[in-house]
This record gives sequence, structure tokens and C-alpha cells, in this order.
Amino acid sequence: MTQLPTRRGLLFGAAAVSAGAVLAGCTSNDSDDEPAANDQPAADDKPGKAVTIGFAGPQADHGWLNAINDNAKNRAKKYSDVTLEITEGSNDTAAQIGQIETLINKKVDVLVILPADGKALTQVGLKAMRAGIPVINLDRIFNSPQAYRCWIGGDNYGMGLNAGNYIGEKLKGKSDARVIELAGLDNLELTQQRTKGFDDALKNYPNVKKVARQAAEFTVESGQAKMAQLLQAQSNFDALWNHDDDQGVGALRAIEQAGRDDFLMVGGAGALSAFQAIKKDDGVLKATVLYPPTMAASAIDLARALGQSKGVGGLAEFEIPASITLYSAVVDKTNVDQYMSTGFK
Amino acid sequence: MTQHASPPRDDTGKVPSAGQPPVWRGLFAHADVRTLSLLGVLAALILVGGITKPDEFLDTRNLQLVLTQASVIGVVTVGMTFVIMSGGIDLSVGAIVALASVWATTVATQEYGFGGILLTAVLVGLGCGLVNGLLIAYGGMVPFIATLAMLASARGLALQITDGKTQIVTVDSVLDLGLRDAYVLGIPPLVMVFAVVTVIGWLVLNRTTFGRRTVAVGGNAEAARLAGIDVRRQRLYLYLLSGLCCGIAAFLLIILSGSGQNTNGNLYELDAIAAAIIGGTLLSGGRGTITGSVLGVLIFTTITNIFALNNLQSDVQQIAKGAIIVAAVLVQRRTASTT
Repeated sequence: MTQLPTRRGLLFGAAAVSAGAVLAGCTSNDSDDEPAANDQPAADDKPGKAVTIGFAGPQADHGWLNAINDNAKNRAKKYSDVTLEITEGSNDTAAQIGQIETLINKKVDVLVILPADGKALTQVGLKAMRAGIPVINLDRIFNSPQAYRCWIGGDNYGMGLNAGNYIGEKLKGKSDARVIELAGLDNLELTQQRTKGFDDALKNYPNVKKVARQAAEFTVESGQAKMAQLLQAQSNFDALWNHDDDQGVGALRAIEQAGRDDFLMVGGAGALSAFQAIKKDDGVLKATVLYPPTMAASAIDLARALGQSKGVGGLAEFEIPASITLYSAVVDKTNVDQYMSTGFK
Repeated sequence: MTQHASPPRDDTGKVPSAGQPPVWRGLFAHADVRTLSLLGVLAALILVGGITKPDEFLDTRNLQLVLTQASVIGVVTVGMTFVIMSGGIDLSVGAIVALASVWATTVATQEYGFGGILLTAVLVGLGCGLVNGLLIAYGGMVPFIATLAMLASARGLALQITDGKTQIVTVDSVLDLGLRDAYVLGIPPLVMVFAVVTVIGWLVLNRTTFGRRTVAVGGNAEAARLAGIDVRRQRLYLYLLSGLCCGIAAFLLIILSGSGQNTNGNLYELDAIAAAIIGGTLLSGGRGTITGSVLGVLIFTTITNIFALNNLQSDVQQIAKGAIIVAAVLVQRRTASTT
């Protein structure tokens, strides 16, 4: 695979500048016709020095994590100069540390790590850095900045913020509007951040009040069960924010079973089924807030640039940035087509 | 008779019943007291629900909801009760539900429509139960280990089949069963299945040779063998039965959630064991009732429902759930020992 799509470099650059929209759009992994509106000159995308990238992530037992793996693999395949060493995913801290140590011993050039638990894996990140292997920390952040060269991940707070503002705008002018929240796994920090962002956004709209919140477990089954309860508990409300589109499949099922359609729903993450429902526009789901799995593809880009001692195309710096936070764009009927190709199953 | 006249001292599984197979009269006497105390707990919960949220809790729709949510785990618990009564344990129920649900919702299976999905779910459940049964009854493996191995491999296989993706069901005849239009006399189809499984389970346990043999094997396997019971075959059948229940539960879950996912049935093993124990089933085998287990499930589901209606957060829910388990078992033992 020598002839590479020439636009990738520029997309890569744009991604670094933070345009989540572009980022999300640029990784239709199987085609070259990226829908992103971007015509800047291409940055360095020519094959360079061979780079071996080690990739260690958690067990892909969930739609989003599965999409993370797919994104990383597909992006690595597109570069003729990149070899990807990918470990079996594990949610067990000890097992993941072992896998990363194996990659260190194999002397890979760069490591991309999505830790099952960022805090617990900080030490092994430090170990890799000390061994001279730069680490790209993906999504769940290490405790110490010394443990990674670059962090790239999603914006959980921003997700809640954008969902809250979207709902607030939709309910503008409605007095005593009632909103409910179907959160994700409550023992994950990211769930707290999403809720915080949501609550902060709702403060901008004094007419909107959050009347109930239940935590589900990111699964279809829990989404159905918790949503069924919420619907029974709240005989009338105007909007629902659901943290995760996977559990949203269950939530939508519960809404269908209860025969309710008297509110608007906003999802989270960016699953294909959610995009399709938004496009069809025949149910309560009107929008979803992105938490793009394309960040894994961008992490491969960054790892490659790091391995080849390059900067990011489009930026003035010689080095790649120290941290990149993706934007949690709101996808609704008006822009869903643009994002459709990034939806994960 | 003797070992049932005095209250059991140890529910942790250390002390199996004495040498003789249980006598039915004694068992029923115990069951009645236990059942009554469980009904008391349930009544107290209903009171709490009725006081805190009268409009939402005491509502036909809420009753339908509670029973529907009890159905899936309820069917699993009926099978689990048989297994525990025989002195065994089935840790693989949640994983079997997951595997059966994802297998039954693959694109290939969905092509055969309603029958294809139902048949696949049941066959996968039976298949896993068969493997469990063969390993335990004829392979001489400890139930804990054999079903733990099944737990791991069935979850692994479920993950492999789905590749971590959620498999959405597109067969309308299956999906429609979860909608209100399908209710007969206000009863959701899922609840009907749960009721039928419960009644059959009760009849099999209390009115058939199979049921008597199960209790005998759990009370004292050696005595049962000497009494001419083919203990190994009985055990095989029991794990098959548990697997069958998981297959049925998986189908119910598919109707309920409209999808198959490898995370389905998460921690069902613990919920089912907890419900059975609360229902008065002795973890070491030999004693238990289907009524008790089903009441155990209903108590759990009602608690969850009341919590959600009052918008309690999950941390509070978990603490309270633990406290209520302890309270229910203590109340039950107190009542049992004063009789």
C-alpha cells in the first residue's frame, strides 16, 4: 500500500487543532472520500521511517471500545510504514500491566495505551517513558504527566455541557420545564464529569429543572430496566439526556414499550443506531453528543508522527502537542449525514 | 421429622441435613412459616412504596412493570433453586443467558424469524446445561468449578460472536411481544411465561418423583444412591433444567430489550442465588421452595422499583439492598425458630 490518500495529513493537522467535527468526519476508515470540509495543503503524509506501534487497550466488551480497536487497526493499516503490535484487551489491571511490559520488552517504538484504569496504570506508563518509549495516553488519563508524552481523549464534561445547552435551547420559553438524566456507570469518574457538565449547562436556563437521575450500566439491559423505572416515576417531563447510545438502545425500547413520546431525548457517544434514529426522526431521539472513537485513529497518527520525529501538519510547532481534547459535537438532524460514517455498531 | 423440626443452624452450607431423606410434612410446615415471613417482608415493602409514592407505585402499569422486570431473573431463579436444592450451584446462568441471547440474535438466526430465535435460545441454553451436567455428574467435577469454567467460556464465546457489538433484533413478531398491545387481560406475555415456569417448577418439585429425588440427592447423596436413585443422572438432568431456564430467560430478555448483547445477564448468578437463599433454600441442599425463591425475586424487584420511583442513587440503592437482604434473612430465621 504505497499510494496514500494525500489529504490525510491535513486532516490530521486539523484534528490536532481540535475540530472534533473534522476529526469525526475524517475517519471513514474504508474510503478516501472524507466528508470533512477541508482543502488546506497536505502535511507530511509520505511514507517515512518504519515505526512499530504497540497498542494496549481494555477488553472491547462494549460498542464504543470495540470501535476504538477498529479505528486503531484500520488507521494503522493505511500506513505502509507502520506496524501495529496489538495486545489482547483486558479489564484486569495486573493483566494489562503485564501486556504493556511485554510490549516494552519487545522494544516497540511508540506505545498507545488506553488504560482500563488510568490511575492504576500510571506506573507502567512511567516505566515505558523511562525505557525511552514515548507513550500516547488514550482517553483515560494517567495520574502523572511524566507517564505520557501526549494525551488524546474525549471531553466528558463538555459532553454533558453540550447536551445540557442543546436541551436548554430546545426548551427555551417553556416555563417549568422538567428534565431527567439516565447516567452511565456511576463508579466511573467520567460519569460524574458528564453529570457535572450537564448540571452546569442547565444553570444557564433557570426555567429548566432536573427532576430525576438514575444510573445504568452502559448495557442495553440496564438501559431498558432503568428507563422503564424512570418513565414510571416521572409521568411528565420534557427532555431526557442519556449518557450512552449503547444503553440507549435499551432506553429507547423501554420508551417504546411504555408508549411514551411526549419528550425529546438526547443521546451520547455516537452509535450508528442512534444516528439512524436521528435521521429517521420518527421517535423521541433528536440528537446525540459525540464522544468520538475516532480518537484511536488520531492516536495512531500521533504515534507515527512521534516515531518519525515529525510535528503535526498545519501547526507551526516542530513537535506534536502534549494534549488534545476532542470536541463533543452535537449531532442532530441537520448534520447527521456528515457523521453517519463514524457511527459505531 | 427430626432434622426439620429443629431450626437449621447454618445456612452457609457447612452443615448438610442429617442422614435421612426429608419428610414432606415437616418440609411443608417450614415452608409455610418461611413463606409467610417473606410475604410479610413483601407487604412491608409495598406499604413503603404506597406511602412514599402512592400515585406512581400503586398503579396497574407499575405492577405490570415490576412483574415484567422480575420475569427474566425469575425464570433463571426457578432453575437455580432446583440446582441448589440438589446441593449444587450454577455460577454460569448469567453467562448462558448472554450466550443464548447473542447466538439467537445473530443475523443468521434472525433470518428464521420468531421460531429461529426461540429455538436457538433454548438449544444454546440446553447445550450449556448439558456440558455442565456431564462435567459434574460424569466427569466428577465440583459444581462450583465446572460452572465457573462455563461462566468464563460462555462469556468469552458471547463476546466473540458479537465482537463487542450490540445485535439489534429486527424480527417484529418477537419485538411486538414486549409491547402493550400484546398484553392479555392486562398481563404482559413475559409475566405469563414467568408464571407458567413457576407453576411447572412448583409441580415438578412437589408432585413428581423427579422433585423428590432432587431433594433426596441434596439432603444426602449417598443415602439417595443407596435408596436406588441414579444420582448422576439426576444431577445431569438438573443442570440441563437450569440451562433450559436460562435459554427461556434469554428469549424473554431479547423480547424485553430488543437486542442481544454480550453483557446480558450480568451478575444473574448472584441475583438468582440471593433470591433463592432469601426464599429459604439451603445452600447445602435438601431444602427449599419455588414459592420462596419467586418471592425472593419479587422482593428484590420491588425494592429496585421503590428506589427508582423515589429517585435514590445507585450507591444508596446498593447499601440499602444489602441491608434488606440481611434483614429479610434474619426475620425469616427468627420466625422459623419460634415455630
